[in-house]
Amino acid sequence: MRQETKRILRRLFRNPSAILGFSLLTFFILVAIFAPLLAPPVNSFNPSMKLPDPYIMPVVSWKQEPIPPTTKKDVDPQKLGREPIRCIDYHPFGIIGGRDIFYGVVWGTRTAFKVGIIVTVISTLIGITIGSISGYFGGWVDEVLMRITDVFLSIPFLVAAIVLTTILGVGLDKVMIALIVFGWMGSARLIRGNILQVKEEQFVLAAKALGVRDVFIITKHILPNTIFPVVIQASMRMGSLVITAAALSFLGLGAPQGYADWGALLSYARDWMLEIGEHWYAIVYPGTAMVLFVLAWNLVGDALRDAFDPRLKG
Amino acid sequence: MIEFLQTHDSGGDGLLTAYIIRRLLLLPLILFGVSLIIFSMMQVLGPDKLLAAYVNPNILDKATEEALEALKEKYGLNDPMIVRYTKWLRNVLKGDFGWSLVGKEPVKDAILERLPYTVELALYAIFPVVIVGIWLGVIAAVNRDKFLDHFIRIFAVVGWSFPDFVFGLLVLMIFYSMLNWLPPGNLSNWAEEVVRSPEFHRYTHLLTIDALLNGRLDVFWDALRHLIGPIMTLSWLWWAYLLRITRSSMLEVLNKEFVRTARAKGLPERVVINKHARRNALIPVTTVGGAMVINLFAGTVIVEMVFNRTGMGSFTASAALQLDYASIMASALFYSTILVLGNLIIDILYATIDPRIRLG
Repeated sequence: MRQETKRILRRLFRNPSAILGFSLLTFFILVAIFAPLLAPPVNSFNPSMKLPDPYIMPVVSWKQEPIPPTTKKDVDPQKLGREPIRCIDYHPFGIIGGRDIFYGVVWGTRTAFKVGIIVTVISTLIGITIGSISGYFGGWVDEVLMRITDVFLSIPFLVAAIVLTTILGVGLDKVMIALIVFGWMGSARLIRGNILQVKEEQFVLAAKALGVRDVFIITKHILPNTIFPVVIQASMRMGSLVITAAALSFLGLGAPQGYADWGALLSYARDWMLEIGEHWYAIVYPGTAMVLFVLAWNLVGDALRDAFDPRLKG
Repeated sequence: MIEFLQTHDSGGDGLLTAYIIRRLLLLPLILFGVSLIIFSMMQVLGPDKLLAAYVNPNILDKATEEALEALKEKYGLNDPMIVRYTKWLRNVLKGDFGWSLVGKEPVKDAILERLPYTVELALYAIFPVVIVGIWLGVIAAVNRDKFLDHFIRIFAVVGWSFPDFVFGLLVLMIFYSMLNWLPPGNLSNWAEEVVRSPEFHRYTHLLTIDALLNGRLDVFWDALRHLIGPIMTLSWLWWAYLLRITRSSMLEVLNKEFVRTARAKGLPERVVINKHARRNALIPVTTVGGAMVINLFAGTVIVEMVFNRTGMGSFTASAALQLDYASIMASALFYSTILVLGNLIIDILYATIDPRIRLG
């Protein structure tokens, strides 16, 4: 292993918050991998029948299980069977909207990873492409691309995501598209700035003088020297992306009804705000999962930044 | 800060003015770009859905097939996009944003009616955020690597990871459902009646200030009680952020020569921190603080929905839920205008405060 890599790794694992971040992340990865074992996606009438789509939370049926006492005398017939309830033996995290919260939290981990990773990777790639072209070629290309970037940056992220998901319609894929369309600008600006710096270095000038093709210079010579800050920035953005996606689902604009998503799970609680004090589990369990997930990414992002560039230590 | 300005600004006056003018000229261009993006996104919808943005839905429901075609023709929905865009832009410049399904009135009136609630919320949130955030950041930096610093930093990292809707739900759960201290909504029913009564003059349309001006302390207290929860939710996230920025900026300044000089010449530590270090450390905080104020406005979308408040934010969210395209477009333009104007003000402020910034 290279000396530099060794030093970075050592610095990374001396940092307690980095260790906490990586452990939390490992925990969530394990939950996501073993989701089918932790919360088996089977029909509650007939455990041998598999659910058609495990990401749609199954509606709990009381027919096979002891019917728990209701907490309210006069239940709205529309909400009958939908009210939050908890019985430790069968549903340790409770039930809300007829769905098992434990199931939603476990499968929601997969949703969170899916949204975070897909959106971050694609939007970062778009940003790298646009930023490289802009920084390397300069001139009017740069001017045009940067003004377009400015315009995209002029719509607040959440509002832009709301507008685009409204137009595209309900669905997790629509949310991801919206987040990608308005999520590439940070990486583009960062990589452009770095390329402007590297462009005048001797090795780039030498490659140019030798007649190496532009695409080759960018991908082989410039990007490897400028990519680290972009990767760090992307990992730091992961947390806020997952929050925004969950917020859209919470508002009812993202994942469809009953989809295993932390935001959608929390939105059920909005119907029961007056008595939610008795049904604290409907907020506390999905909420804790969200906070820890975002915390994990923020800690990892901070740790990577500190390890690769100690000057930025905050 | 004033001294700082006077001693350094003499040379760069012309440059600064030129910079401001350049930025002001760029402003309409950016807004034009924003409107173009939003408008072209809307075109994915097709003429049938877009008709709802022009016509009162009651008329639309009763209309026959031919009448619908006639309406589409009348509002030019079958025209090419450029024609429609110029037409729409002309209407917007006249102040006509179309018909709002959510507000059941023209979009402009619906927005003007709801704006004061959001402005009030954002204004109240700004002060605690800025004051407490900077204060905590300075404390953390001065006590670097001691217990207090670690404590504040843990608070910051955890706080930054709290999604605003989760925090808002927790606030409601504890302070409304369990303790019944902070109810959701804008006002209690009795206070709503007082505000709507003819004796109550609405001078500013900001509820708390109007209540004070009318001498109704009970209404003032009620409005404030409804504001505390949303303010806590909005501030929490940004305390964490602002204190991190202040801390790192403060640490950098504390290592500078002039701070060492100030200490060496025997100034009391309080003077060194407050007069010499903090003033300079606040320069980078200004930009972040400005960005924060802008984001505070956008954050009201979630907070107003969680706390069931009337305002610009919940208007935008309900418009999105009910597919009220005219209102969504107007709201997006509104938030973008705030963002662009805010950025402009920050940049000008930044260039004025720190003359070392190159104006290119």
